[in-house]
Amino acid sequence: MCLAIPGKIIELDAQNPLHAVVDVVGVRRKVDLGLLQDQPPVPGDWVLIHVGFAMSKISEAEAADQMRTLTMLGEAEAAMEEVRGYGLEGKEQDSPGRR
Amino acid sequence: MKFVDEFRTPELIGKAGEEIRRLADPSRHYRIMEVCGGHTHAIYRFGLKDLLPSNVELIHGPGCPVCVLPMGRIDDGLALAAQSDFIFAAFGDMMRVPGTHGSPLEYKARGMDVRIVYSPTDALKLARSNPGKHVMFFAIGFETTAPSTALTLMRAKAEGLSNFSVFCNHVTIIPAIRAILDSPDMRLDGFVGPGHVSTVIGCRPYDWIAKDERKPVVVSGFEPLDILQSIVMLLRQLGKGEARVENQYKRVVPWEGNRAALRAMGEVFELRPYFEWRGLGFISQSALKIRPSYAQWDSEQCFTVPGVRVTDPKAAQCGEVLKGVLKPAQCKLFGRECTPEQPVGALMVSSEGSCAAYFNYEHRKPVSIATVAAN
Repeated sequence: MCLAIPGKIIELDAQNPLHAVVDVVGVRRKVDLGLLQDQPPVPGDWVLIHVGFAMSKISEAEAADQMRTLTMLGEAEAAMEEVRGYGLEGKEQDSPGRR
Repeated sequence: MKFVDEFRTPELIGKAGEEIRRLADPSRHYRIMEVCGGHTHAIYRFGLKDLLPSNVELIHGPGCPVCVLPMGRIDDGLALAAQSDFIFAAFGDMMRVPGTHGSPLEYKARGMDVRIVYSPTDALKLARSNPGKHVMFFAIGFETTAPSTALTLMRAKAEGLSNFSVFCNHVTIIPAIRAILDSPDMRLDGFVGPGHVSTVIGCRPYDWIAKDERKPVVVSGFEPLDILQSIVMLLRQLGKGEARVENQYKRVVPWEGNRAALRAMGEVFELRPYFEWRGLGFISQSALKIRPSYAQWDSEQCFTVPGVRVTDPKAAQCGEVLKGVLKPAQCKLFGRECTPEQPVGALMVSSEGSCAAYFNYEHRKPVSIATVAAN
């Protein structure tokens, strides 16, 4: 719950501009952009995600640092479990070939 | 030893340790509180204490949402969910937290419809796909998660969803710090400020700690080097007799916080006159409740809440540990009756709870970063 998970914005939802698909180490899920309304991210931007909501924009280097911090804390698995859990139904597919 | 290779800057970590030893006045004893449970976890995980001289003591603060929730609130939430056609939805962190008659997971085993969600919006989805049932989202967390709950409630209202409500246990960090500073048995020299809470609230809300209480605050990141640098910054201020709010985690935390998140919280929540915290007792204006304009989606305004008050198990000393008066291992139950596998108190459940962190890393002593830095 308190994990901040780094992800890259892949595309904005055409129907709902407050949603975007993010990629977290190869896993793609929808996240909510409602808390970044003042500085809407665009595809290619990196964000920190808390409980399914993008909470802050960060640099790519910071995203890499954060993922390493999660790994070092032994929380990377929990973070990926959380990301996979977003959306319940799991309609979105993991992107192939990356991990 | 794998994680050891992944340290970005072992030499810088060693240097930060040296700098701390240089700055720490041997005639003083420093008591520094890390407010956030994420920092507590990192401090134990990386054995950072081993890099500090004995007169620089880290005190673990109240920033673990699962840990500070009194058992009565869990009992209340589970009592509501025992109604027919109810779904109890909560984050995974909540599932093993003991209530008087068991944890949510144990209730599930007894037949309650208990679901883990990873986002509050997923609880909304559950409500949409289960129109014959009422979905109650058991919300916990500091300002890191409260804005997401707020936005979820705004969506529920916009949709006119009638089978969804939130049992709100969101708390705010500033009044807890005030309560700790007001506590007569507590003497602190400075604070390592929370990283992700500050992404939302910014750095200004800590001003009074510096101005009125004359104690420095450094908002910190979560890497070992971040935490050590924050301690260096605190010791520098203390050495000069200064008390300011500094931001070590500038790369993520804006000084002003996240205004969109604060607006969402303001729209949906108001302050409760008081709220009970485990270990700290009742603290005024320390928690959020749902505004009357969202009453239809507030479990407490929709249903009759039993209002259970439960004192912690007598022998467990969660309160003293939460306040930083006792170290985890000084509790009578630590490591015997109370373990991460069989937790008596919530501090043993969450990875951010100081007891679980102490048990996993200190009690079972893994590779320490001090040895890494030395090599």
